[in-house]
This record gives sequence, C-alpha cells and structure tokens, in this order.
Amino acid sequence: MTTPAIAVHNVHKTYGAGITAVTALHDVSLAVPHGEVLLMMGPSGSGKTTLLSIMGAILRASGGSVLINGQQIVNRPERDLPRIRLEHIGFVFQGFNLFPALSAAENVALALDVRGIKGRPASERAISALAAVGLEDKAHSYPADLSGGQKQRVAIARALVGDPSIVLADEPTAALDSQSGKTVLDLLRRLARERNRAVVMVTHDHRAAEYADRIVHIADGRLHQGVEQTVITAPATPAAERRAS
Amino acid sequence: MVALARRNLLHDRVRLIVTLTGIVFAVVLSSIQLGLFVGFQRATSDVIANAGADLWVKSTGVTHLETGVPFSERKLYDVLATPGIASAQKHIVRFAQWKKPDGGQEGVLLIGVDLTGEMGQPWKLVAGSVAALREPDAVIVDELYLSKLGIRGIGDTAEIGGHRARVVGLTRGIRTFTTSPPVFTSFKHAQDYGPVATDQTMYLLARVTPGMNPSAVAARVREAVTSVDVVLADDWRSAQERYWMFGTGAGITVLIAAALGLLVGVVVVAQTIYAATVDHIREYGTLKAMGATNAYLYRVILQQAALSAVAGYGIGIAVAFGASRASLAGTTAIILELPLASALFVLTLVMCLGASVVSINKVTRLDPAMVFKG
Repeated sequence: MTTPAIAVHNVHKTYGAGITAVTALHDVSLAVPHGEVLLMMGPSGSGKTTLLSIMGAILRASGGSVLINGQQIVNRPERDLPRIRLEHIGFVFQGFNLFPALSAAENVALALDVRGIKGRPASERAISALAAVGLEDKAHSYPADLSGGQKQRVAIARALVGDPSIVLADEPTAALDSQSGKTVLDLLRRLARERNRAVVMVTHDHRAAEYADRIVHIADGRLHQGVEQTVITAPATPAAERRAS
Repeated sequence: MVALARRNLLHDRVRLIVTLTGIVFAVVLSSIQLGLFVGFQRATSDVIANAGADLWVKSTGVTHLETGVPFSERKLYDVLATPGIASAQKHIVRFAQWKKPDGGQEGVLLIGVDLTGEMGQPWKLVAGSVAALREPDAVIVDELYLSKLGIRGIGDTAEIGGHRARVVGLTRGIRTFTTSPPVFTSFKHAQDYGPVATDQTMYLLARVTPGMNPSAVAARVREAVTSVDVVLADDWRSAQERYWMFGTGAGITVLIAAALGLLVGVVVVAQTIYAATVDHIREYGTLKAMGATNAYLYRVILQQAALSAVAGYGIGIAVAFGASRASLAGTTAIILELPLASALFVLTLVMCLGASVVSINKVTRLDPAMVFKG
C-alpha cells in the first residue's frame, strides 16, 4: 500500500484553556494520497484553515496523529518543523505574499536560498519554475508590475521550486478574476496530475470543484464525512484513476 | 539573502533616507563631539607633551599646569646633582595679561623657555626661530590667535605686564584649552613679565640619562630635593587632562553630547528598522512558513542593519572629516584620527545591530500561521 502524502487521524485542536478554551477541530481524520487534488470547503471559522496549518506543520495539533509522507510530526520538537516544511511542503497563499523588492525570479529563488541553494543554480531553477507556470518572460518583472493571476503563478512557482511532494493552497483564487482563477486552478491540477503532487486547497470558490478529485466539507471543526465526495467530473489524475480502478 | 536585505532597504527610498539620516546624524554628532574631546584633551596637555622632558618638578600641591607656584631656582642644582639626571632647566608657565596695540586686554598663557636648554621650546614653528627669543622683548605667538592678540604678524608689538613684547616668530596650530593664546618667550623675559622673582622658577624640566628608568630617577629626585613634587611627564600630562576634562566638567559635557548623539541614532535606527520589519511582516511570515529558520530571518534583519550602518557611517564620517579639516583653521580643533574613526565604525555597527533587537524579537514571536489570515 502506498504511503499517503498526508494522513491525519483523530486530530483535534483547542485554543486557550479552561473555560475560555475553544475547540477548532474535533477528531478529524483524513488521508491525501500523492497525485490527488483535495478541496476543503466550509464556512468561515469552520476550522479548514486550522486543519491546513496543521497539515503544513505550521500549527501543532492538540492531539491525534499527523503523518507527512509517513513521518509523524505531532510530537516532534518545534525546531524540527521548519525542516519538515522545507522538505515536504510548498505553500500558496491568498495574498501571494511576494517580496515587493524582489523580481519574480528572485522571489522564487528565495525559496531555494532558504534551503541553502544560492547563486547560478538557484537562478536557473527559479527560471525553470517560472517557465513551468508560463511566466519565463516575466522573470525580471517586479510584483508591482504583475497582474494578480501572474503574482499567484509566481507564488506557485515559488512553492514548487523546492520540489515538495505536497502543495497546500489557501484560497488561491480569492484575489483573482475569473480567468486568472481558472489558470491557477488548472496549474494546480496539472501539478497533481503530471508531477504526482498532493494538492490540498482551502477555498470558498465553487469553480474550484471541477478541478478537484475530492471535496471535503468542514463545519464547526468537524469533517462531514457524509458530504465528502469524489468529483467524478474532474479530469483524471493518477490518484483518481487508482480509485476508479 | 544579502540581496534580500539590500533590496528591502533600497525598495523603500523614503525609509532608507530616514534611516540613513538617523545614522549620519548620530555618526556626525558623536564623531564631532569625540573629536572635540580629543582636541580639548590635546589642548590641555600639549605644552607638557611637547616639552620633551621626562620629569617635571613643581611646587608641592600644584594640580595643573597653569597654576604653578614659584620656588627657588637653586633646586635646579639639586636636581642636576641627582644621579640619573642628564639635563635639567628652568621653565615658566603662567597666565599673563597681554595689552593689544589698540589698548584692549587679553589673557595669554605665557611660556618662559630656558634657552640654554633644549626642552620646553615652541614647536610647529612656521616663521622666525627659537633663537630669536634671545632678542630683547622677543615673543613667539601662534597664527591662530593673531586677531585675538590684536596683531598681524612678525614685527608687531604689544605689552605683557607693562613690558614691551615684540613678535619674532609664529607657530601654527598650538591651541590651549582655556583659549588663552600661548605666548613663548625666554625664561628671563617671562620673569620680567610677571611676578616671578629673579631667583625663582615655576617648574624644572629634566631628562634622565638614556637607559635609566625615569620612575626610578624620579624617586631619587624626590629624596634629594625637598618641598617639591616630582612627576613623570606622562603622569603630569594625564593629571592635567583629568583636571581640565573631568575636574571642570568640560569633558563630561562633551562626552554626554556624544553619548546623546549615539542614543538618538539608536532610537532612530531601531524605529526605522522596526517599521521596516513590521511592513514586511507577511513576507517574513511567508519565509517562516516556507521553512526558514529564525536564524535565517535574523540574518536578513541584521544584514539590513549592518548595511544601513556601513552606508550611514560612510556618509557621516565623511562629513565629520570635512568638519575636522575645517576646524584646523580655528582655535577649537576637532581631532578625528584613524583609531577614533575606526572605533566609531565599530560603535555604529553595534548601535545598528543593537537597534535590530526589537525587530528580531518581533520576528521570533511571529506565528507563521498568520500567513493564512487573509
């Protein structure tokens, strides 16, 4: 049996303590195989971003088990988490979070710099990552000179350049117009299909459904298994094909 | 990463200008104040430092050069008779009243040189000669103070203590802390110009025999010559500097101004670097989410601070050197030499890096999960 990219089991998350404690997640279990595009949907405050943060080793679960490519991370010391993120996870954010002072290529190369890869090798890989998202010609443009869709594609290139097996995207289309949103969603889907990456997207955008292999709904910190669905209309990804067979 | 630090700095030109202005202000203020301190310090003790003596003999209890008390010149022979003394001579340093040609009065620091010896003579001579001091009424003054003395140069005359004084030579750049112009004359004329009896001196200057330990010789002189203090030239110079710089509070004032300059610099730099950090907090959060360690982020912030320090210091020290150079034409010198400039560079760097602590603290506490908040 193939190890899933992400496996969370009975994860719960509580903020605060005593009478002020607020439980954001209740015993959530979920597995995301490589090559799958998983959509997490739910109303604001439902816990989906908390779950995404836990999957991304950014937030610690209060209990349960979280395996990233088979590595348990729940009880790992805090100092280990940056390395786990570096090795396994790429992030795409709603607000792009690009450095305005750096060009598109430099923003992408920064993700390599953090990994200790510098100079020409970093530049070449950054250009290559930009080419993969169709922005090779914008390598030397600054974020201020790019459209929203282009910025998000730069952010995706930055998430990919370190070659992570998991991409976590938080509302990747929220700040984009319809056409740019489609381009970004298509890019993420191709990423899963062609490069066998696990892509987890948190979104309110219903257009994203047609690009997902599976959709899970979260409400009040609980995964609603009843409404978890496999999107049969989604273009086939290796994971979808495996499930179908 | 250097590129990130540099680009962050250059990206916001207004903030960069504010940061650099703060650092330049701190560097200029501190270096000028410290340069003034050094200038004042040198001015207090230049007469001692340039006298060329190993030992100074003075009346008991005299705390600083300008307030010497006359004593019998016969002690000169006691000093000369002490084993280990190679040469000794009489010397006078005291305040006197200079009457300008137009009738105005000016206090001067009168230095009476025993022309039979080689010590205590005027230095930085640019016109005339020391030998000319043998002429009647001869004095040598410093160019910097010509207008203050109401004269134009060699050949002009004035009065000191009711006796005629004629300028036979000029020095350039001998300053006094009290701003009283230095006036060199022969020992004999100095006795005439003031209340020093013909059988008295105010100081004895002595050189020890080459190879002898000055401290040991000083101890012998103390045993041999009574009712006087015998001090090593270096100790006397230090005592003189301590008296004027710290005993009068003048030096403390200058040092406080320098410290305030640095403090203002720290506050301005800390504020601007912190503001820059807060402005880029999402990007720092993103880096953290991507897996950057705190150490990586610290390096970015510290490099920004260091680059600011280098740029600000470069501009500031250039301005300060300009001010220093300009000051050499006046009676108050800002002395900025390489050791002081180097120390200021280190201080500026430490100041800027120290100012980053608040920003580092901010980044340390940064929760990478903030990147998911809209």
